[in-house]
Amino acid sequence: MELTPLTLAEAHQGLKAKTFSSAELTRAYLRRIKAVDPRLHAYVTVTEEQALKDAAAADKKGDFSHPLAGVPMNLKDIICTEGIRTTACSKILENFVPPYDADVVTRLKKAGAVLLGKANTDQFAMGSSSETSFFGVTKNPWDQTKVAGGSSGGPAASVASDLACYAIGTDTGGSIRQPASLCSCVGLKVTYGRVPRHGVISYASSFDTIGHFAKTVQDAALVLQTIAGQSEWDATTPDVPVPDYTQFLKTDLKGVRVGVPKEYFIEGIEAETEKAIRDAIETLKKLGATLVDIALPLTKYAIPVYYLLVKSEASTNLARYDGIKYGHTAKGAKELEEIYSKTRGEGFGDEVKRAIMLGTYTLSAGYYEAFYVKAAKVRTLMKQEYDEAFKKCDVLASPVSPFPAFPIGARMDDPLAMYAADTLTVPGGIVGLPGLSVPAGFTKAGLPIGLQLQAAQFKEENLFRAGHAFEQATDWHKKKPSLA
Amino acid sequence: MIFKKARFLYSDCEPFSMAISQQEVQKIAKLARLSLTEGEVATLAGQLSAIIDHAKVLNEVDTKNVPATAQITGLSSVTFADEVKACKKPEALIACSPQSVQNGMIKIQSIF
Repeated sequence: MELTPLTLAEAHQGLKAKTFSSAELTRAYLRRIKAVDPRLHAYVTVTEEQALKDAAAADKKGDFSHPLAGVPMNLKDIICTEGIRTTACSKILENFVPPYDADVVTRLKKAGAVLLGKANTDQFAMGSSSETSFFGVTKNPWDQTKVAGGSSGGPAASVASDLACYAIGTDTGGSIRQPASLCSCVGLKVTYGRVPRHGVISYASSFDTIGHFAKTVQDAALVLQTIAGQSEWDATTPDVPVPDYTQFLKTDLKGVRVGVPKEYFIEGIEAETEKAIRDAIETLKKLGATLVDIALPLTKYAIPVYYLLVKSEASTNLARYDGIKYGHTAKGAKELEEIYSKTRGEGFGDEVKRAIMLGTYTLSAGYYEAFYVKAAKVRTLMKQEYDEAFKKCDVLASPVSPFPAFPIGARMDDPLAMYAADTLTVPGGIVGLPGLSVPAGFTKAGLPIGLQLQAAQFKEENLFRAGHAFEQATDWHKKKPSLA
Repeated sequence: MIFKKARFLYSDCEPFSMAISQQEVQKIAKLARLSLTEGEVATLAGQLSAIIDHAKVLNEVDTKNVPATAQITGLSSVTFADEVKACKKPEALIACSPQSVQNGMIKIQSIF
């Protein structure tokens, strides 16, 4: 029996029925990582010893009542793990070993999860292709000349190619949904504040969310059930009850209103992507959903609103990397000021430097009102626009990415061309909405296309309902890349 | 498409009328405590100019009397009980420093 293709729900059943042990399941994943990952570079650190220890502990305990108990997963390498190197895929944190676990890691450990390793990401989660990683790009499992997307390219590629049963990532403006779409797996961005951010290296604090990659929508619901909810470690997690998500997994969509935002089908969307998503929306209709036309005219301003706010927040968050408290420090600096600037000049990559420079500019005297505050006001108007939209529909359906996976290197020299990859995912980041990427087709060249579903804040259950019904009616999620 | 518009703005941008000059880039880099090479300064001047030019499209949106949003789920003034709790591992935190540590304190170079 091949163990690595099993979904989380199937693995859980197998462990509970003692068909196989957590150690067997874990060893199967470790073997596959050794065989396949050199071609993809999804992992930056494989924690083999830790994984086998976690698995042995799960087997010894023998309690597989929790769906995550004994099942192997990985974490995007910006999530702090006590005693395990956490790099943000940067030079400045290349050898950083955190003295504590992120809150989400504590929750996963409590559930009995098995940690396979830390997965690749764009440096400090800044990028849409995982090309800005200090350790090198993650390749797309379907075509290794193409990017896996980003920033969470490593976790996405690993789940799509059975190198982990599920994986935890982060999504600020598309960093889970876009790579899930480009690699063909399920990717969930949660509502801002649904999962605590404590212990996760910050990009933009008013946007960052912790979510995950899974093989099915049901699996995504099971993981969220474990990691969602208020935390004393994160003041931005509100006291909103976490419902039993699995009760929303139905096979029809009777009574569900699906909004189709015309601004998400902009000129320039790649034709095969548009066709696949229009077909997917027809499928939702056949399942009983009512289609509603939605207008979100401010969508065309989302990219500038996003990068003005996000890079401003990033520039302040990154001020903590000073060569004193942790991480890399420059050699031969003679005074404090020089330690700061030399350490940062040596330790940050191009994309991170660009973020710091843009953010420092937009927050500086004379430009703060014109850029930062202006964008924060348009953010208010966008929130109002989405609030209105969700009075008329339960979910919004659209493409995730305007185009499928692009060639490695194609967009690296032009920041605006790279930002364009996030055109359809940044609005959800700006407005704090949950969003789901579900496999919805392939181009003629065999590259995956993802359907994006978005819902009102704290309505993740609407995504699971529509996503699960779509998945039951289609076979896209069953297709796997050939990496033998 | 936004991407095409951005490209248009970028190519339309004369090298001598850049929104952000190399001198300005150097000033921002000083504020950000970030040392840059001459090549990086030149590249960033072009890239930041293009990005800032592109951002000016926001002036089309009327934001008169619109408040700015920084907390998107509407939380405000979240507080916790003001209790003293023991820090479990101060030594482990100090040990993360790449600088030398003396008597539980990080020793750094002279400030002036």
